[in-house]
Order: sequence, then structure tokens, then C-alpha cells
Amino acid sequence: MRTNPRTAESETAPAAAAQTTTVNGRRPAKAQRTLSRPAVGRVLVVTSLYTLLIIVTLIVLFPIIWMLLTSFKTESEVNAFPPTILPHTWTVDAYSKILKLYPFLRFLLNSLLISSAVTIGTLISCAMAAFALVYLRFRGREFIFLVILGTLTVPFAATMVPIFAEMSKIGWINTWYPLIVPAFLGNAYGIFLLRQLFRGIPRELGEAATLDGCGPLRVLRNIYVPLSTSAFTALGVVTFINSWNNMISPLIFVNDQNKMPVAVGLAYLNGQGSAIWSWLMAASTLSVIPLLLMYTLGQRYVVAGMTMSGANR
Amino acid sequence: MFARTETSRRVIRPRSKAARRESLWGWALVSPTLLGLLFFTVGPFLVAIYISFTDWSLLGSPTWVGLTNFKQLFHDTVFWTAWKNTLYYTGISVPLSMALGLGIALLLNQKLPAMSLFRVLFFVPMTVGVVASGLLWSWMFNPQYGLLNYLFHFVGLGPYKWLTSANMSMPSIIIVGVWRSIGFNIIVFLAGLQAVPETLYDAAAIDGAGNLRKFRHITIPLLSPTIFFGALIGIIMSFQVFEQTYVMTQGGPGNTTLTIIYFIFQQGFSYLRMGYASAASVTFLVILSVGTALMLRLQNRLVHYEN
Repeated sequence: MRTNPRTAESETAPAAAAQTTTVNGRRPAKAQRTLSRPAVGRVLVVTSLYTLLIIVTLIVLFPIIWMLLTSFKTESEVNAFPPTILPHTWTVDAYSKILKLYPFLRFLLNSLLISSAVTIGTLISCAMAAFALVYLRFRGREFIFLVILGTLTVPFAATMVPIFAEMSKIGWINTWYPLIVPAFLGNAYGIFLLRQLFRGIPRELGEAATLDGCGPLRVLRNIYVPLSTSAFTALGVVTFINSWNNMISPLIFVNDQNKMPVAVGLAYLNGQGSAIWSWLMAASTLSVIPLLLMYTLGQRYVVAGMTMSGANR
Repeated sequence: MFARTETSRRVIRPRSKAARRESLWGWALVSPTLLGLLFFTVGPFLVAIYISFTDWSLLGSPTWVGLTNFKQLFHDTVFWTAWKNTLYYTGISVPLSMALGLGIALLLNQKLPAMSLFRVLFFVPMTVGVVASGLLWSWMFNPQYGLLNYLFHFVGLGPYKWLTSANMSMPSIIIVGVWRSIGFNIIVFLAGLQAVPETLYDAAAIDGAGNLRKFRHITIPLLSPTIFFGALIGIIMSFQVFEQTYVMTQGGPGNTTLTIIYFIFQQGFSYLRMGYASAASVTFLVILSVGTALMLRLQNRLVHYEN
């Protein structure tokens, strides 16, 4: 991703924010390219455009709506043919069964704890590394950055066997350490993103603070972090979502049911033999609600972060 | 980008006390990341290369077997099936998701109300986790009571077995992949479309170009960097497809949805053949890296840049 040269005045809204505004269309889209001029024709074109968009949106969203509707049906209604669209009798039976028979609240709590820790760790370690790579001068700086960049494309699958061996050597299997500790040890994508932003912040600001007796940590905390809050929010939100949805590492490292995050808990429910679809849909809904809530509240950060990370896991 | 700048040359000069302190702080702040590289990325990768030359079941110590694992991989039909499936998934899902993403982005790139709302809605599937989407689509695909067969029955098609049939299993997985990634492509293409200068369209209109020709000769060339970026990310992501198949088909029926990551996972954690799994990992990473490098090389030929 290229960064635009920015002036000192626009520093308060660094790249992530700039990108979100364009992406979010706070600024109206510049072009209106495909429509023809005559007024009657235009009304027709606009109407069909909206109709088409509404249909496509419904198709895309319908599976999620279907999940919600199924979760409120009785199991006998779920297993009826032809299927009913709206539940005849709305019931929360599936939810109460799931919560009673499985430690599902525990799964959700585990995910909340793990994802929060992962988010905090990622933000701290990436901010520290990115700041050092931009602001502090030391030998080997460029080389370290190159190595970090190189790891950007190494998928977890390529390293999971040795990491598993490593973790079992030090007795971290069936704990949350293999999920949380790496987050505190930097992350190529986060470092890359924050470094790009930090580079736009004028050095003089930090140097002035240093002359006033501020150490590097205070320069980072009082100048660099406040000037890039939207990027931190975007990185934080996306880290949280990706961690919440991450299945492969907890699948490998955590076996104890009481320690499972919700992604693995769901997969575990699914593996419990005969599928009771109203239960599975209720469980899926429960697992998705926190993320949907987050998305509703901060959609511009979610979109910006996820797009920049290329859905990086 | 990495050319020596003045600042980095200054490092080599005789150091003052302040410079030494700055350097120390620098190392201190990157030290967590260095540990991460050592224990969670670069280190494990190097170890994986070593393990790939051994026979090891996690218990005891690895026995050196030289190239045996690689030779065996080469003759392992399941390994080739896994690659074939991964390429099948990538080859269909990436172009499909990009074409649909571009189409919807063109619709959304209008100066009309509510366009941002649509964009927000298209992105929702991306926030639904892979496991939950796998489950909800398994339910859609259910051969007996699923919604899809019901809808197809209306137009006189089906019933299909979707996930449990050898022909339909991979297309079903692809549908889920496209569904999840379309929002990403829409956002990427919208950003690209909004960067195309309007003056070009005006100039073309004066020259009498119709919408189709404008699209063909202005939009597509100017969008080619975006298309390239989307394709690259899409391919890298699709090569790693695993969770969908784990949740929906467990690689079946008859290995028709066994992807390369699934193969590695199975060899490593179901059969505890760590050496063999590592050999597959190394092969995978080499192919992924070579593919990425090739694409970046081809970039100049395929992509039109303004300057």
C-alpha cells in the first residue's frame, strides 16, 4: 500500500483515517460514469440500479438471516419440508439447550479474554517496534525491518509443526500461552501498518519533546500514539476479530473443553455426531453477535483494517 | 525505500553518549519482536526445514532420513490431490470473487444516496467467522431440509447432495469462499475506481466513446494495479484455505476437498508424522513464494501504471 505524502496540518488524520473516509464515501464518490443524460432514462436507470443492489444485498445477507431465523424455530419446524421462512412459533429453546448442555458461555468468555489479551499485546508490541524502526537510529534497523517484511507472507501452516513441538517441550500445550504470548512479540502486519503512519509524523515534534527531557517511551506515548489513534483503532478491531475467528491454532494447542475459545467450541459442537440444526444455528448466532455488534459500532475501522490487512490471519 | 538515507549514515559516525543511548532504546523496543521472529516465525521455519529431513513422531528425537520425505511426497497421490484441490479452489474462487466484486463496485460507484450503506452490508459476511459461516452454509446445503435444494426444486432442479457428493463438494466450498471474500474485493475495487480521474472519461466522451469503450480503454487499464493487488492477496489467501473444509467436509468425500493445509494438518496432528508434514510445509512455502515472486515479476507486463 502506498502512502501519500502528507502535510503537517493533516497529521491528525493519518493514512488509515484518510483511507477510511475515501473508502466510506464520506466524500461523495467523484465520478458518475455509466449513467446517461436524459431525465426519464435516468430515473429508470437509477431505479433498476437500486433494485439490482437490493436483490444482490439480500442474496448476500440471506444466509445470515436464515441462520437467525432457524435459531428461533423448534427443531421439528426446522426439519420440515417445505421449510418455513418465519418461525411459526418463536422460541429460544435452542439457545437455552445450548447454554445448558455445553459450556457455551465459557467458550464466549474464553474468546473474550484471549482476544482482548491478543489485541493489547499486538498494539503494544507493534507500536514499540514500529516506533523504534522509524524514530530511533540504531545499526541494523533496516535489516530488521526487511526480515519482518519477509515474514509477512509466511503462513502459520508453514511453521505450525515446529511451534507445536516447541510448545509441547515447554509444557504450554492445553494452555492459552501459545495463543497469547506470540501477540506480545510483534506482528509483521501491525508493525508494517504503524510504521507507515509513524513515518508521516514530523521528527521535530519528538525532538522538541526530547529536548524538554522526554525519554523515547514518553515521545511514543505522548506524541506518536495520540497522532495515530484511528490506525490503532483499526488495527485493534481487526486483531480482535481475527483472533476471535482464529480456529487453527486453538484447535492445535487447546484440547480441554473448558479452555476452548468459541471458534473451536463451535467446531467441537459440530463434531458431536447428529446435527441438531436449530442448536447449531443458535450457537453460531451467539458466536457472531459480539462481532456484529463491534462491526455496527465501528464499521469504518473494521473495513479499513480488514482491507489493509488483506484479511491477514 | 531502503537506500541509505542521511539518518542511517549518521549511525556509523563516532557515537556520542546520546547516540549510544538511542541505539540501546532502539534495540530494547524491537526486542519483543526479535524474540517473536526467533520463536514464532523465522526460527520455527528454519526448524521446519530441518524436521523435513527427519522421521519424527514428537516422541523421542528426530532421525535423519535425508530426502526420503520429499521422495515419498512426490509419489504420494493424496499430496497431489491436495494440490489439485487447492488449485481448483483458487482458480475458480479468486476470479469469481473478483469479477463479482468489480461488478458490485461499479454499481456502488455512483453519486447516489445509501451507497455507503450497501457497502457496509456487503462486508458483513467477512466479520462472520469461518466456523460460523461454515456451519450456516452446511445448513443451507443440507440435502434434506436445506434452503438451497428447496429453492432449486422450484426451478425444477436437484435435489443436489452438495457437500456429500464428489462433484459438488468443491463447488460448494467455493461458494462459501466467494461469499466471504466478496466484501473485501468490493472495498478494494471501490478504492481503485475512485482514484480514476474523471477528466479521462470526459475527454473520452468528447471523442465520442460509449460506456463500454470507456470501461474497456480507461477503467480496466487504470484499474489494473488494483486488479493485480486483489488477485495477489486472493491467491495467497486461497492457497491457505483450511477452516471451511475442516468444518464442512473434513476434506471429504473421498478427499475431494482435501486442501494442502488440510494435508499438512492431517499428517502432522492426526498421524503425528512431523517430518512428513514439515516436508509438505516446506514444499508449500516454496511454491507460494515462487508463485508470489513470479506474479510480482509479471506485474510490469500485466499492469498499467500511470507514470
